Amino acid sequence: MSSPLFEIRDIQIHFGTVIALGGVSFNVNAGECHCLLGDNGAGKSTLIKTMSGVYTPSKGELYMEGKRLNFKDPRDAIDQGVATVYQDLALIPLMSVSRNFFMGNEPTKSLFGLHLFDHEFANTVTMDEMGKMGINLRGPNQAVGTLSGGERQTVAIARAVYFGAKVLILDEPTSALGVRQTANVLATVDRVRKSGIAVVFITHNVRHALAVGDRFTVLNRGKTLGTAVKGEITPEQLQDMMAGGQDLVELEESLGGTV
Amino acid sequence: MNTASQDERVKKISSFRQALVRPELGSIAGTIVVFCFFGFLAFDSGMFSPRGIMNWSTVSAQFMIIAVGACLLMIAGEFDLSVGSMIGFAGMMIAIFSTTLGWPVWAAIIISFLLCITLGALNGYIVVKTGLPSFIVTLAFLFILRGFTIFFPQLIERKTIIGGVSDAAEGDWLGSLFGGKIGQPIFQWLADQGLINVFERGSRAGQPIVDGIPALIIWAILLVMVGHFVLTRTRFGNWIFASGGDAQAARYVGVPVNRVKILMFMFSAFCACVFATCQVMEFGSAGADRGLLKEFEAIIAVVIGGALLTGGYGSVIGAALGALIFGVVQQGLFFAGVESSLFRVFLGLLLLAAVILNTYIRRIITGERS
Repeated sequence: MSSPLFEIRDIQIHFGTVIALGGVSFNVNAGECHCLLGDNGAGKSTLIKTMSGVYTPSKGELYMEGKRLNFKDPRDAIDQGVATVYQDLALIPLMSVSRNFFMGNEPTKSLFGLHLFDHEFANTVTMDEMGKMGINLRGPNQAVGTLSGGERQTVAIARAVYFGAKVLILDEPTSALGVRQTANVLATVDRVRKSGIAVVFITHNVRHALAVGDRFTVLNRGKTLGTAVKGEITPEQLQDMMAGGQDLVELEESLGGTV
Repeated sequence: MNTASQDERVKKISSFRQALVRPELGSIAGTIVVFCFFGFLAFDSGMFSPRGIMNWSTVSAQFMIIAVGACLLMIAGEFDLSVGSMIGFAGMMIAIFSTTLGWPVWAAIIISFLLCITLGALNGYIVVKTGLPSFIVTLAFLFILRGFTIFFPQLIERKTIIGGVSDAAEGDWLGSLFGGKIGQPIFQWLADQGLINVFERGSRAGQPIVDGIPALIIWAILLVMVGHFVLTRTRFGNWIFASGGDAQAARYVGVPVNRVKILMFMFSAFCACVFATCQVMEFGSAGADRGLLKEFEAIIAVVIGGALLTGGYGSVIGAALGALIFGVVQQGLFFAGVESSLFRVFLGLLLLAAVILNTYIRRIITGERS
């Protein structure tokens, strides 16, 4: 079997005397949605920041298509194809959708040596990309603040995809949303996955995870407890594992000895 | 999140609401109102004669120059309360270097600009590195710079006003860029044709009363145009909005927020120095009390122009119109013979109205509910 698109092996992060992550491993293939489940304090945020280049692991490695990755900073991670959509989305409500879409990556046209913001290009691309995600904007100049929570999430995802993400890390994309909004975002995740991007979906909501996930990994107290494939595990079992693994022995069997 | 179920309900918005979201709207309406008002109240007073127009244009241009700097800085999410002191300081430096030390005026101007821009960078650096509110950091510089502006001339010449710059600036190429007038031949021609008033008596008989456009006005228009262009048409402009809108979000996507903010502090200082140089070239002297309260006047003009005090939203054109309203009202009340202290009352009310309107607009844009 060929190596997975993105893999992390036995990642450890130590902050002084605190072990925030004590050995986390999982992988994700192109076109797959891998859900990382964990309760508060399980180390999800630390893991995300490691995958997106904010922290350097104390031990362990990250691989992309079998090649070792070393991120200098978040910018470097994005350049190498690992894009992260944080919970706060890195969108600015007062700015238009198209200004947000290209924030930090402004398309420019040159005029007498000046880098002009190519608004025409930005507007066209924004409308196209948002259309592909199933969102019809009133116009590219609409402020992000007027969008709903789900639409904002979609803007952030579409932006990451447009700028060449091979691996898309989503940090609790559904946590603050209502039922319909959640359904829309999950549909977006599905669309992204089908386009061949590897999605890492971080959540503590088992139902949302089961709705789109292909594989599930539970994170507890800084360690991965194991990976299950869709259909092999029930929501109750996942829930119990997240809650602290009291029924770990019983679960080990259902996880097929991958712990 | 309070926006969770809004998408169906706010789909349709009227074009009025859409227009309301443009930051300039309030100041455009304000400008029209102000001109109509004084058109009725003071039309016969000479306010709209060439001389009257030149009078309030010059005052407005002064406000505009510092408002452009304050506007871009405010959109980038910061304040500069040291503008007024910076004006005093820059003017004093030019006077000291050119008259006391006897340097050529162009060298004095250049060194003052460098000094001010460096101080602006220092302001910005401290704000960015310490994470303290710019309000506090620049408030400190307000006192520090004002203190030096009073201390240096007393130390050197035992007085607080240094004059004689006019003589020193005679024929200086850089000085005339700030203190000169342009378009004299056109105005002379207009006068010869009998289209504008001329002096009837005295040594300047036959010369037009308004004999050119002060360089100050040209600087104001230039700065407004450049500021507006940079903000709306360049990638750097997008970074200014982003830095003020949400610095953390901007950093996530790779915007060099610290650099943007420091550069805007430097630009604000640059604008203050332009103001100071024009003033010194015009008066021929520098006083320790010059520029008092200018920082607030700049901020008021920017707020009237539709910018949000919290950053991330605003318009240079709006700020320029805010400055115009400011200048027209101040001089208009004078022309209309209204007690000048009432200007301050009016200003306070205008500021309050502008802030309330801006807050309301912000709610529309961001969908926040109070």
